Amino acid sequence: MNLHEYQAREILRRHGIPIPESAVADTPDEARAIAQRLGGKVVVKAQVHAGGRGKAGGVKLARDPAEAAAHATQILGMTIKGLRVHRVLVAPTVAITSESYVGIIVDRASQRPVLMVSPAGGVDIEEVATETPEKIHRLAIDPRYGLLPHQGLGLALKLYRDVAQARAAADIMQRLYAAFYAAGASLAEINPLVTGPDGAVAALDAKIVIDDNELDRHPEIAALRDTSAEAPSEVAAREAGLTFIKLEGSVACCVNGAGLAMATMDLVKYYGGEPANFLDIGGSSNPQKVVAALKIITADASVRSILFNIFGGITRCDDVANGIVQATQQLPLTVPLVIRLTGTNEVLAVQILTHAGFSALTDMDDAVKQAVARARVA
Amino acid sequence: MSIFIDQQTRVVVQGITGRDGSFHTRQMIGYGTKVVAGVTPGKGGQLFDGVVPVFDTVVDAVRETQANTSVIYVPGAVAASAIFEAADAGLALIVCITEGIPVLDMTRVLPYLHERGARLIGPNCPGLISPPKSKVGIIPGNICRPGRIGVVSRSGTLTYEIVHQLSTQGFGQSTCIGIGGDPLIGTSFIHCLSAFQADAETDAVIMIGEIGGTDEQQAADFVQQAVTKPVVGFIAGQTAPPGRRMGHAGAIISGSSGTAADKMAAFARVGIAVMKRPADVVPLLRERL
Repeated sequence: MNLHEYQAREILRRHGIPIPESAVADTPDEARAIAQRLGGKVVVKAQVHAGGRGKAGGVKLARDPAEAAAHATQILGMTIKGLRVHRVLVAPTVAITSESYVGIIVDRASQRPVLMVSPAGGVDIEEVATETPEKIHRLAIDPRYGLLPHQGLGLALKLYRDVAQARAAADIMQRLYAAFYAAGASLAEINPLVTGPDGAVAALDAKIVIDDNELDRHPEIAALRDTSAEAPSEVAAREAGLTFIKLEGSVACCVNGAGLAMATMDLVKYYGGEPANFLDIGGSSNPQKVVAALKIITADASVRSILFNIFGGITRCDDVANGIVQATQQLPLTVPLVIRLTGTNEVLAVQILTHAGFSALTDMDDAVKQAVARARVA
Repeated sequence: MSIFIDQQTRVVVQGITGRDGSFHTRQMIGYGTKVVAGVTPGKGGQLFDGVVPVFDTVVDAVRETQANTSVIYVPGAVAASAIFEAADAGLALIVCITEGIPVLDMTRVLPYLHERGARLIGPNCPGLISPPKSKVGIIPGNICRPGRIGVVSRSGTLTYEIVHQLSTQGFGQSTCIGIGGDPLIGTSFIHCLSAFQADAETDAVIMIGEIGGTDEQQAADFVQQAVTKPVVGFIAGQTAPPGRRMGHAGAIISGSSGTAADKMAAFARVGIAVMKRPADVVPLLRERL
């Protein structure tokens, strides 16, 4: 789960990381009031789960409260990468003398949290990694001991020659590591970490991504989820216990298992079609899940055919067949449906479907070819 | 032979009285797996289905039944604790089916296992099966056939699809193993390739990967250095968009690494036969054998 910048800033602030005071506004009037309170120049930033906010016009500088309100008027209601902006962050602008990057991720190769720092801050760290990899310094942290003081200081000295600044940055790294574990994050980054004319080190922007598997044990973090910032179909899918990602094509796919779902999408493409979505109905499917899946799929106007690809293991084919029958009774389909079922209780499933007037295939390639062909005709 | 499990495998089921644990325990017993014990704290002394003794702790189960392998079906929030317990009881092989274990839990679990020399398969995996000797986990036994092809995969149902293609076209399997779809897992492609290479009853290996991470690229390097048996590979997620998690926690393209194209190229570079679709598996295997 992605946190908004303002939520990430609040977590860092609570962990004692110096970060300029800011506030969020849902209306231009609120933005004006915050700018008034902060005094001086401010920056107004769209709070959406999308990168490249600045390029899209979602980040603007304001000289006074009136301009802050004007920018908020413009940014609120704006759509960035398909996501509508409902909220803006208003923060003071600060004079900076240097920008660095500090981030923690869980690294697959070392199987540990890795602290990454770079003196090239304020820009996309992926770009730095590709273009000037020598500017990124990494350290795998042993989770049994945490970030040891000399390790933090060693990395901080890659950023600052001044020892007082390095000590301040090392302290921020310790706090970021603590915040990372406390929040159950899979990524926590400060970009940029800045120094001001007075030499003080502070965080200016924050990004935190939470491991979805941690949400049950962190209800206070789970409560930060902003469903208005996500695609409605994906919210509905999550609530039904499905994994759904909308894509641009016309062949809707409903599959059990993530690997098979990806392979099905790939096969749609292989036979000249374009998948309309990724949808995993999960392992132990009950008919209600299938009903929910079909509702989500059929709400997408660009869908021209629907393909079910089920390999029954734990999933019982008859459960899926019952779900298809129930769902199509509740909401009659306007696009062709192609069903492929193999595995546990497949014979029973075919009986259920045949009785309801559907036909079912057993070969994956045959089914995908048919779904692609029918999407073209429809 | 086969790898990791065979007739000597004596299984203790952690979470045997739960919904998934009880269902799959029956399936394993039905397949012929030696399920010698179960563990559910507070239910020690009971008999599961009148045959399998249930213990309060894994240590008790191992002491009383000489179990040498654990399979875990407990919920994600407590699964890390179950793995620690299995390792503490001295089990050398731990198979964790559970999906939804926090990644930060795994950062603590893995060094603990490493220090004790225990092998973890998974988490978030279907387990493994050596037809017809033993199955530990949830891979449907009826789609597998005894034979000489090794299968290793990051996925579940996609593995079944490919195993089904093999079985119905005359290629049985020595062992099929699902290593799991999470970013941090106990047993990698390389561990499995190495074991298949050493196994006298395996003639060729099918490797099924997906987007995310660089495990497949590392596996390709290993194949070049240390595997003389034919390898046929597949990568799921050729059409996946970057930055989105495709179901599995580990299946996400971030930045330029982890794409299907990159992985397929790495396979091809070292002479692994690359499937474009699951149905290519048998033709490519025939070509290579």
